[in-house]
Amino acid sequence: METIPYTVTPREDTGLINAKLGIWLFLASEVMLFGGLFSAYIFLRLGAVSWPEGSSILNVPIGTFNTLVLIGSSVTMVLSWAALAEKRFDRFRLYLGLTMLLSLLFLVVKGFEYSEKFSHHLYPASSSFMAIYFTLTGLHALHIIGGLVVNGYLWGPGSKMWASDPERFTNRVEIAGLYWHFVDLVWIFLFPVLYLL
Amino acid sequence: MTSASSELDTHTRTYLAVFGALAILTVVTVTVGYLSLPVGAAIVVALSIASLKGALVASFFMHLISEQKSILWLLLLTLGLLLVLIFILIIAFYDHAGTIIVT
Repeated sequence: METIPYTVTPREDTGLINAKLGIWLFLASEVMLFGGLFSAYIFLRLGAVSWPEGSSILNVPIGTFNTLVLIGSSVTMVLSWAALAEKRFDRFRLYLGLTMLLSLLFLVVKGFEYSEKFSHHLYPASSSFMAIYFTLTGLHALHIIGGLVVNGYLWGPGSKMWASDPERFTNRVEIAGLYWHFVDLVWIFLFPVLYLL
Repeated sequence: MTSASSELDTHTRTYLAVFGALAILTVVTVTVGYLSLPVGAAIVVALSIASLKGALVASFFMHLISEQKSILWLLLLTLGLLLVLIFILIIAFYDHAGTIIVT
């Protein structure tokens, strides 16, 4: 079977393993994806006759709680990678498991927030604010779900690679972590923009 | 082996310190939000704190401080293009300010 090159040793010309260059290129495209929607937010807000204060519609304490949950999941994610670097597979499992639990908690809280809005008959069509709120947080939540799928694979069936190729597996976890921290980073900007301003 | 594991302990301490800083900054930004500053000042403060938090995540969790320079250049290029994107939209807006585009 043809193996994928440069999964462990860096490529000479880039000085990076291929997966790392790949994920950073992907994240650069993600910056532009979310950046486009952030621009849409600015455009809508500039053009609006009046714009509601986020805190008058959204629940700030719940948003703050979710921010802390997501930051916590970023820490456990990086600790799971550090555990593998220390060759502590049991700790890796524990930390990645915690990361997934925290991501699930984030989604549950987000779902609660959404249903709260729906119960007050606030839908994406209700106003420009609600439209951009649901678009930005919805796209972000899809990214959380994507991260859960990847992390779930690495925690479960994918972790078999630890026995056969530990270095490559450690790199996989690092790459998944880079994606996860990016999802955290997007929320760090979404939270003040939507909830506080 | 002992030096390698103590180095990792240092890393773990760094990660936890960054977590503490991020948590404190989150509380700060929420507290400032309750002060009801004028809109302009509120935007500057909120985005400055968010940028600082983002820089902490990128530098320490994503290891950008010790990453290859090529990645940094790639990200700077991306941020530059992002600013152009936002700038074009704002220019387009002021170009049409006062004009009703959609009725």
